[in-house]
Amino acid sequence: MATIWNSRQFGLGFIVKLILVGLVDALGVFVILAAWRAESWWILGFMVLALAAINYTYFTNRHTLPLKYILPGLVFLLAFQVFVIFYTGYIALTNYGDGHNLTKDQAVASLLAQNERRVEGSAAYPLTVLLRGDELGFAIVDDSGVRVGTADEPLQPAPDAVVAGGKVTEVPGFEVATPQDVFSRQSEIVGLRVPLSDDPEEGSIRTQNGATGFVFRSTFAYDEAAGTLTDSVTGTVYTATDRGQFQAPDGTTLATGWRVFVGTENFTRAFTDTQYSGPFLRVLTWNLAFALLSVVTTFLLGLVLAIVFNDERQRGRKVYRTLLLLPYAFPAFLSALIWSGLLNRRYGFINQVLLGGAEIPWLTDPWLARLSVLGVNLWLGFPYMFLIATGALQALPRDIQEAARVDGAGPLRTWWSVTGPLVLIATAPVLIASFAFNFNNFTLIYMLTEGGPRFADTSAPIGATDILISMVYSISGVDGSAPKNYGLASALSIVIFAVVAIISGLGFRQTRRLEEVL
Amino acid sequence: MRRGIATIGIAASLVALTACGGGPAATTPAPTEPATSAPTTQAPTDYTGAELTIWVDETRKDAVESAGKVFTEATNAQVKIVQKNYEDIQSDFTTQVPLGKGPDITIGAHDWLGNLIQNGVVAPIEMGDKAAEFEPVALSAFSQDGQLYGVPYAIENIGLIRNTELAAEAPATWDDALAAGKAAGTKYPILIQVGETGDPYTMYPLQNSFGAPVFKQNPDGSYTSELAMGGAQGEAFATWLAEQGKAGTIDTAITYDIAVSSFAKGDSPFIIGGPWMIDSFKDLKLAIDPIPSAGGQTASPFVGVQGFYVSAQSQNAIVANDFLTNYIATTDVQYALYEVGNRTPALTSAAEKAASDPLAAGFATVASTAVPMPSIPEMAAVWTFWGVTQANIVSGKQEPVEGWQKMISDIEGQIKK
Repeated sequence: MATIWNSRQFGLGFIVKLILVGLVDALGVFVILAAWRAESWWILGFMVLALAAINYTYFTNRHTLPLKYILPGLVFLLAFQVFVIFYTGYIALTNYGDGHNLTKDQAVASLLAQNERRVEGSAAYPLTVLLRGDELGFAIVDDSGVRVGTADEPLQPAPDAVVAGGKVTEVPGFEVATPQDVFSRQSEIVGLRVPLSDDPEEGSIRTQNGATGFVFRSTFAYDEAAGTLTDSVTGTVYTATDRGQFQAPDGTTLATGWRVFVGTENFTRAFTDTQYSGPFLRVLTWNLAFALLSVVTTFLLGLVLAIVFNDERQRGRKVYRTLLLLPYAFPAFLSALIWSGLLNRRYGFINQVLLGGAEIPWLTDPWLARLSVLGVNLWLGFPYMFLIATGALQALPRDIQEAARVDGAGPLRTWWSVTGPLVLIATAPVLIASFAFNFNNFTLIYMLTEGGPRFADTSAPIGATDILISMVYSISGVDGSAPKNYGLASALSIVIFAVVAIISGLGFRQTRRLEEVL
Repeated sequence: MRRGIATIGIAASLVALTACGGGPAATTPAPTEPATSAPTTQAPTDYTGAELTIWVDETRKDAVESAGKVFTEATNAQVKIVQKNYEDIQSDFTTQVPLGKGPDITIGAHDWLGNLIQNGVVAPIEMGDKAAEFEPVALSAFSQDGQLYGVPYAIENIGLIRNTELAAEAPATWDDALAAGKAAGTKYPILIQVGETGDPYTMYPLQNSFGAPVFKQNPDGSYTSELAMGGAQGEAFATWLAEQGKAGTIDTAITYDIAVSSFAKGDSPFIIGGPWMIDSFKDLKLAIDPIPSAGGQTASPFVGVQGFYVSAQSQNAIVANDFLTNYIATTDVQYALYEVGNRTPALTSAAEKAASDPLAAGFATVASTAVPMPSIPEMAAVWTFWGVTQANIVSGKQEPVEGWQKMISDIEGQIKK
């Protein structure tokens, strides 16, 4: 150790490092303990590995120098990107959604609870919770006196018990549970069933508040070995299916089901179910057009303005530039909401004031709505492009333009052959990023049109300005317009991810070619 | 009731805004101390160390919080009130309860019940004798197959809100209302919110007056999953909608906000809406009437019930049940909740106390003809198609009969899945 801990390392830098890593470790240990208590073994494992990696990286000096820079990013990449992608993939292979919300055990417990009924006309008994060692029991008072029982022993008369104020206060052989006992063991108490007699048909006593008992009878019985639920009233036997539901022989199913793996079914459904596949292509086409046109229009406007305000003969450039940046300074969702008000058919400012009361259906006619979406996105997006283009223009060395002039090129020719391509190379990665962003520009669509106007000729809740991500949002039922289907939504998200990845990949390859040419 | 909820949510936020605005009458009611109705059935309890988590939206927060304080004093249990956006509660409750992350108790509407049961996230409740103290309609709304799943606190429905200075008498039919509205010389003869995606909740009484209820009902009043709004009656309603749209009396440009602000300005003698609007009309003289019939039969609106659900995974079941049955189901708490939302209390004693207000009594009268809003999970498939089709018929984008038939087949297709 002494060879590693040389004196140089005990300087101020080391102390700062020690404190910072110490803080990270403290946080990590806290998360580990919390994960231990919540029995989240995956999180616990990840945290242990991450902490070990962090401490190893920052406290040894062998071969870890590059890792020292990369590790924080790597940890966050794993936690916030890789995990999310894999989890989405996992959900996409299940039927998680309405009716398949639970694990199988939870679903069985839920069904049993739903079908355990208070026996009609039965009395409400003053109830006292009892303890015998660790075992719980109930004492109830009825006309015949006190009766006492536990989960295994049906109610028996207890003539020696003491009753005060209508409640049992003492039972030989038992201890009366204190309020603290009741509270600290409430799950067990709520789950306790004390049979009325040896005949299970008579039902059993249970309590929901620790003070009053009712006679309940379960109409469902679960056979774990066979995986069946039996309705004792009708005699129907419900069998667990591999679709995550209990099914009767006649095909009817019980409403509460559980989550199961369904393989690639969600993916095939996205492409083959006519309800989704037809609109999917239309939405995809519009989505591509929207993303492409958004990039082109915002970039062109931003570029033209950048060229204009880059000319030193222009006066008041700073003021203009500041004003042009304003749309960029507002949160996009706010602007989109305001625009949806401005463009309202009857009460919007545009129609009312600017167009003298014309009722132009800006947001409710399919083509006008698309135009409006592009227009609003232009308003939102050009300042960014203006900034980028201004930066690119100012970074260009002047001697290139001078050289062009000396060679006899006019301003247009200079722009077309020299300045333009150079600006394009500098901004191409931004354009691709902008494309990817606009491809998934959920905020704009949701706040401006909510995807509407609705297509009249499909059954899915999809509209003319819906892009893929907002379509997924509606058909997965997250917004409440359809039964929730997280499995299908995850599958569609992965398809969108693939589309964006392919287009971005092609785009970057194209840029590289551009660079090689020059 | 997705749409209804959305409007209520908006209404709720408006109420909250006006409350912040500081009009003397708009201040949040001081929490009344429900100490007088302290638990009687329960022995003194001590839940030291227990923490009860409750989800409420912003409008109900104060009333629930004051009930929680009383509970804490009596039992030492801590009550943690989590304020949630009303529209998020149902889906968050559904996804979080199975993970053990959800609350012990959440506020909610009765029409979530089918979905919550399907997803196995609510626990049945047995209230014993206490149940007799509630309005029967409220209890049956929170029940399925005879099993009670929540503690109701309020009943809500829409009615015809009339500006008595602009129209002296209650109209019996839609045409009477139009005539009275035109006679009043206001900008709109009658206001009904539609919006570009429709509002079937508000439109339902008019549809019902054509004899086209949404689902067939069992003899005991519960709904089957078989649609009943197709056929000649439904198409007659669709045709009527198209006519009204053409005449401009029903307009998709009228959203909730526009309808409420126009009525508040005196631009119409009538508005079809619920008690959540009342706070916006403080300066007007109002009366609540039954909704005028458009198709000849009674125009029955939906009745919705608000209440509290207990999580199926709650680790505090005893504490939660104790809180609901002995501290929420009290006259004072239910009346305090009435004061923040104007919805008729579900507890009979609190409802009687509220009935001294003529507007509350007016809504309660309309409620006597109302039908419960279906709480079956199939209802989720209905709202969107229903609303969009109505809006498209009103705006003339779809032919009434064809559009209506397509809507029926679309919904049936969804339900079969």
